[in-house]
Amino acid sequence: MSGTTHNLKRMYRFDLTTRLVAKLKQEEAVIGGIGHSNFDLWAAGHRPQNFYMLGSMGLAIPIAMGVALAQPARKTFALEGDGSLLMELGCLTTVAAQAPKNLIIILFDNGIYQITGGQPTPGLHADYVAIARACGLTTAAWAADEVEFERMLDNALATDGPHFIGCKLDSQGPKAQTERDPAQIRDRFMRGMGTKKNRTLG
Amino acid sequence: MTETLPPWHEIVLNVFKANEVKLITYVPDNVLKPLIQALHADPYFTCFATAREEEAVGILSGAWMAGLRGILLMQTSGFATLPNVLASLPCAFQIPVMMMISERGTLGEFNVGQAAVCRTMRPILDSLAMEHHTVSRLDECEMIVDRTLRQAIMTQAPAALILSPLLTGGKVVAR
Ligand SMILES: Cc1ncc(C[n+]2csc(CCOP(=O)(O)OP(=O)(O)O)c2C)c(N)n1
Repeated sequence: MSGTTHNLKRMYRFDLTTRLVAKLKQEEAVIGGIGHSNFDLWAAGHRPQNFYMLGSMGLAIPIAMGVALAQPARKTFALEGDGSLLMELGCLTTVAAQAPKNLIIILFDNGIYQITGGQPTPGLHADYVAIARACGLTTAAWAADEVEFERMLDNALATDGPHFIGCKLDSQGPKAQTERDPAQIRDRFMRGMGTKKNRTLG
Repeated sequence: MTETLPPWHEIVLNVFKANEVKLITYVPDNVLKPLIQALHADPYFTCFATAREEEAVGILSGAWMAGLRGILLMQTSGFATLPNVLASLPCAFQIPVMMMISERGTLGEFNVGQAAVCRTMRPILDSLAMEHHTVSRLDECEMIVDRTLRQAIMTQAPAALILSPLLTGGKVVAR
């Protein structure tokens, strides 16, 4: 685990997302943020416990926090882009203050707004792990490479959080595009969370 | 014969309980102070402040989908920060995010900024086609709050309750 951004490997978001999904055996919830975070979550294979954000830039972490508060026994992941986190940085203080033990934040930091054309974010000199730590998420750390990312995931799944895992990304685009049907996304997610129980066709 | 009614914040707290609205997120307002205090003091509720009102819309959306009902308490200026996230999250996904807004900017406002932002509130609610009601009388408080929350839950639609200074007394300055 690294506290600085020197020597961090730039990783492929789809590969990291696939590694994450492969580790989910307990119907863990995953909230994919706006930008390409939710695209690669979709591309990694739909699960009923996935929620794909189609707007509300910056709210992946708050949505995941709400799920985590409602179901303390279920591990809940937020996959958020750096541009999106910048828009709602204050939410890290709320997470630290409430400290939901089952919340895991994964930051996909590519340094750009990839989905809108790859413009650099103003966070050029920002260290998001340092920011998370300073907000009170004291165990926040960067993943140096894929092997360490997996080790940090194992730790996050096995221990109390809130956890914050920072990942530096390469410039590759997403693998697929999420199917945009908000009402259906919400309905499937609620069934995945067990809050809607009736059987549906299809 | 007139029976004496409890203060508005007591009525509101009891209606929250009756509707199992347990998660309270807020960015504070002076007028809401007695309600926020009472909610914090009651172990039935999980009650905390967020850094921005937008965040609370996210938290409440996630919580509702996972089986926990909540409400966002804020003032008029807080509501004015929300149209984008309301349109793209609770409206688009059909999630009953419930909101209670302490109305500033009218009936004796001293801050011109509050007065200007207040005029944007109802047009925004109307243009989002969002159910909203203004509570101005103590004897109507229970019914309006209760029915609005119930309808939001049953129809899976976000809704806003506006607390008029006629109900709360508002925030006044000395002459
Ligand atoms: C409030 C708001 N501002 C701007 C946009 C346009 N927008 C949508 S996604 C996005 C960039 C997201 O960047 P990031 O979170 O870093 O994800 P990436 O695209 O790099 O995967 C922007 C600017 C928006 N949807 N909402």
